[in-house]
Amino acid sequence: MNRFSYLRAGDVAEAAREAAADPAARVIAGGTNLIDLMKYDVERPSRLIDITRLPGLRAIEETADGGLSIGALASNTEVARHPEVERRYPLLSSTILAGATPQLRNAASTGGNLLQRTRCYYFYDPGTPCNKREPGTGCPAIGGVNRIHAVLGASEHCIATHPSDMCVALAALEAVVRVSGADGERGIPFADFHRLPGDAPERDTNLRQGEIVTAVELPPNSFGQHHTYLKLRDRHSYAFALVSVAAGIEMDGDRIGRVRFALGGVAHKPWRDPEAEALLQGRPASAEGFAAAAEHVLRGAIGHKHNAFKIELARRAIVRALGQAAAGTPQSQTDKRIQ
Amino acid sequence: MPPIPNAETHVGSPRSRVDGRAKVTGGARYSAEFTAPDLAHGYVVNSTVAKGRITGIDTAAALAAPGVLAVFTHENRPRTAWFSYKYQDEVAPPGTPFRPLYDDKVVYSGQPVALVVAESFDAARHGASLVRVSYQAEAHETDLTSRMGEAYEPPKKRSGISPPPKPRGDAPGAYADSPVKVSGGYWAAYEHHNPMEPHATTVVWEGGGKLLVHDKNQGVLNAQSYVSSVFGLGKDDVRVVTPFVGGGFGSGLRPQYQLFLAVMAALELRRSVRVVLTRDQMFTHVYRPNTFQTVKLGANPDGTLRSIQHHSVTGTSQFEDYQEVVVNWTGTLYHCDNVELTQKLAKLDTYTPGDMRAPGAPTGLFAAESAMDELAYATGVDPIELRLKNYTEHDENEGKQFSSKELRACYEVGAERFGWSERNPEPRSMREGRELIGWGMASGAWEAQMMKTSARAVLTADGKLEVACATADIGTGTYTILTQIGADAFGLRMEDVTTRLGDTTLPYSPVEGGSWTAASAGTAVQLACEAVREKLFKHAQKASGSPLAGAKLDAVSFAGGRIEVTADPDRFVTIADAMRAGGVDRLEAEETANPSKIDQLRYTGYTHSAIFVEVRVDEELGVVRVTRVVDAVAAGKILNPKTARSQVVGGIVWGIGMALEEETLPDHNLGRFMNHNLAEYHVPVAADVQGIEVIFVDEHDTKVSPIGVKGLGEIGIVGTAAAIANAIYHATGKRIRDMPITIDKVLG
Repeated sequence: MNRFSYLRAGDVAEAAREAAADPAARVIAGGTNLIDLMKYDVERPSRLIDITRLPGLRAIEETADGGLSIGALASNTEVARHPEVERRYPLLSSTILAGATPQLRNAASTGGNLLQRTRCYYFYDPGTPCNKREPGTGCPAIGGVNRIHAVLGASEHCIATHPSDMCVALAALEAVVRVSGADGERGIPFADFHRLPGDAPERDTNLRQGEIVTAVELPPNSFGQHHTYLKLRDRHSYAFALVSVAAGIEMDGDRIGRVRFALGGVAHKPWRDPEAEALLQGRPASAEGFAAAAEHVLRGAIGHKHNAFKIELARRAIVRALGQAAAGTPQSQTDKRIQ
Repeated sequence: MPPIPNAETHVGSPRSRVDGRAKVTGGARYSAEFTAPDLAHGYVVNSTVAKGRITGIDTAAALAAPGVLAVFTHENRPRTAWFSYKYQDEVAPPGTPFRPLYDDKVVYSGQPVALVVAESFDAARHGASLVRVSYQAEAHETDLTSRMGEAYEPPKKRSGISPPPKPRGDAPGAYADSPVKVSGGYWAAYEHHNPMEPHATTVVWEGGGKLLVHDKNQGVLNAQSYVSSVFGLGKDDVRVVTPFVGGGFGSGLRPQYQLFLAVMAALELRRSVRVVLTRDQMFTHVYRPNTFQTVKLGANPDGTLRSIQHHSVTGTSQFEDYQEVVVNWTGTLYHCDNVELTQKLAKLDTYTPGDMRAPGAPTGLFAAESAMDELAYATGVDPIELRLKNYTEHDENEGKQFSSKELRACYEVGAERFGWSERNPEPRSMREGRELIGWGMASGAWEAQMMKTSARAVLTADGKLEVACATADIGTGTYTILTQIGADAFGLRMEDVTTRLGDTTLPYSPVEGGSWTAASAGTAVQLACEAVREKLFKHAQKASGSPLAGAKLDAVSFAGGRIEVTADPDRFVTIADAMRAGGVDRLEAEETANPSKIDQLRYTGYTHSAIFVEVRVDEELGVVRVTRVVDAVAAGKILNPKTARSQVVGGIVWGIGMALEEETLPDHNLGRFMNHNLAEYHVPVAADVQGIEVIFVDEHDTKVSPIGVKGLGEIGIVGTAAAIANAIYHATGKRIRDMPITIDKVLG
């Protein structure tokens, strides 16, 4: 761990200004990921800007258009257990409860969940090369140990995955990330918030220097009835997803109306494929239809030595999850039997 | 001397841990929790290459960092023992032990190459991040598959480990002639111990050349002799005190490198030093080796075994030939006239593997008991019936009788409790909803043995007893069972007895391992208490007008602070009066328990188990749930059913991990383990563990130990993985021979 200075920001503007002034500064909220990375010497911030005392960033409240705004500092537990989230956005609640542990969820913030970094073994181990940690050093996961790595949207520079469960739901829910920076405030559609690795895997998101996440806005459309989060992992709790699927459907009789689904564990960002969703629209809910959509999502998938199984697993998980959502029988996050 | 019978109030009854309260309230101090006013902190720098030479270590930035006191490397380390044998500890395998900071050679990835010592842990860690090490890397090999061709039988056998027996009959010939054959190759992954408490050493500099060492280990005397041998110190100058150990599982049997580094720094800086390994650094020393096995069974159509061939290749380091018993179990469990068992090693550029809970047994039995399950299917004989058909009443490997063997009862009781008779043997025949249900079983065996161990008992006139032994309680409940034995010897309450362990000033004990501690330390405490009882009885008889005059020792009982005539409890002398009569206020005895040489020549001792498992498999998604386990265990006398059950349950949970989750993943390009943290190295969590039932089958055996104990720290894990794999076969019809059985393998 390196030596760093510490600033408790008084307001969002100060936090953003200070963060913009020093590229090596890091914003800290729950710290459940950043502190680990600092202990590992992966993150070596010159300065920590503590935003946990900022006023107004913890609220969960109705938006003008009938959606819900979740403050960046709301803890994962507060979001998952919020009555309005449980009632209107059960998919979001479910994904949060599928991740981590109660202790971590109590500490972890909404904004931090978006900004958590990959669990790639090499990224975490400064004794090895890693393009994400040290650009230009190479990606030993390619040709190395890559069981947990990406099969979609990866590049020759990086095959890391984004580890969040919550973000998979936010992708399916088409949330908007509210950010505040030197140039003022803006909203970033969730699909544009995280990046694919390309030739700059060190950049996880499209946040600009100094921009602070202030809230996540959920549109009114909430898939309250037909939704599921199916997470497949190496043990039944406290493990990152090998493959996960968040799905929401608006059923129109026995036909599929609007449908959104996203995959976790397979790419550098939550993976959504609007074309595949369009294939389902207006069709009856059927295993064949789901399989065709899954096939479409995975058409460009590339497996490596240890993770090729994820392609078939993702295909099956999509079919199962869409089935669960269509039937209105969401996957329980406490009963480990898969429905 | 046969044990003097005494009323058993506590022994045999469920008793909560006597150290439980101290542990949950923080009162129990672990090695990293001891402190000293002049304490400095060491942080280890580990190598990033698997093989090669260190060409330079730049310590300037680290030394300039605030709080850093010193950086030790091979270039400036103090002189230690010249001969490598001086580094050999009590349980070292043949070879040249790893010597930290010895020279510029790197022999494995993660090897300690520097120790930064600073005024605080954080300063040391920061300093360590500033040390720049350059290497001349050389080609390495960490992949067992590419060294199979060079596998060899270890020329020198490891002390205490039975090598495979000589072949009996003609196993290959009998196999060729067998009407029914099964064969397969089995993989077991690398596993790291990961006790909750990381390895840590606090060396308190006491002045005058004396060191007080608090070191996480499973044997304080082993650590003491290592330190005195390596650093040329008198044993009187090195006291090792480790009252509590937060899990060992074998990782504390041999001194780990933090002990060397902490002692070295303390001697050099002439002040107290603590070195604590991080969780990641817990992956830079001992582990369970990667093993490949082949098993071939030949049988008659009725299931009678005609031939057993079981061969294993296990990875070891370049510098030591680590050996564990992998294949012998097959020849011990079953009757067969044609048996060929071999164990080979392959050299890899890794640290030396070591003993991990039941070393070799769950690995070997995964292969053997999977093969037996396969044979059950090949012959159409029920798996239990098949095992009974090939049951043996004597150990054909050793040509000796078993000291006791209630395995038959384990099968019977376990099957009954599990409901095995309801099983439809047809694979894929049981289903509920989307899940296939499978029932599998396996046998387990582990060595039951007793080791020479001494103990002291001190009884004081106030009716308080202290028993003491140098052995460790690594979480198994040793404090509790020794307290029970001591309390029963004098008819005392548990609260009147204090047990002291883990201190080199206490009577001799070997390392705590091999499931031998309850039998060994338990017998030693029993003997010491008996010796005190005799002394006390003599004094009681000396009391004026003693109601015990003329009584024989075996006609009196010790109860409630008195010695009373068993047949007439109104005739008694209190402990206080007896002491007064003898003119003493305390009575003390130290006794040594030795295993019976005659019984050792005549008998071999094993604990046994029959384990039954239900799995539910979502085949489409490859997800396996272990929903029910019944384990029937024959382990001689059970001193404390509560702590005993915890031991077996812990073993079973680990077996679930071994079967389904645990695996340290090596990157062979880098020669380095990659998932070195508990987020990515998976051990079972609560959600993975459902109903586990443990049944102790009655077993009488005073040959392993006079107190009837056979030990049970290891038996819980041995058959579990095999039973799970067999249950998965029953559920899915898929025979998976590669542990851990993860989603990809169930799909594949």
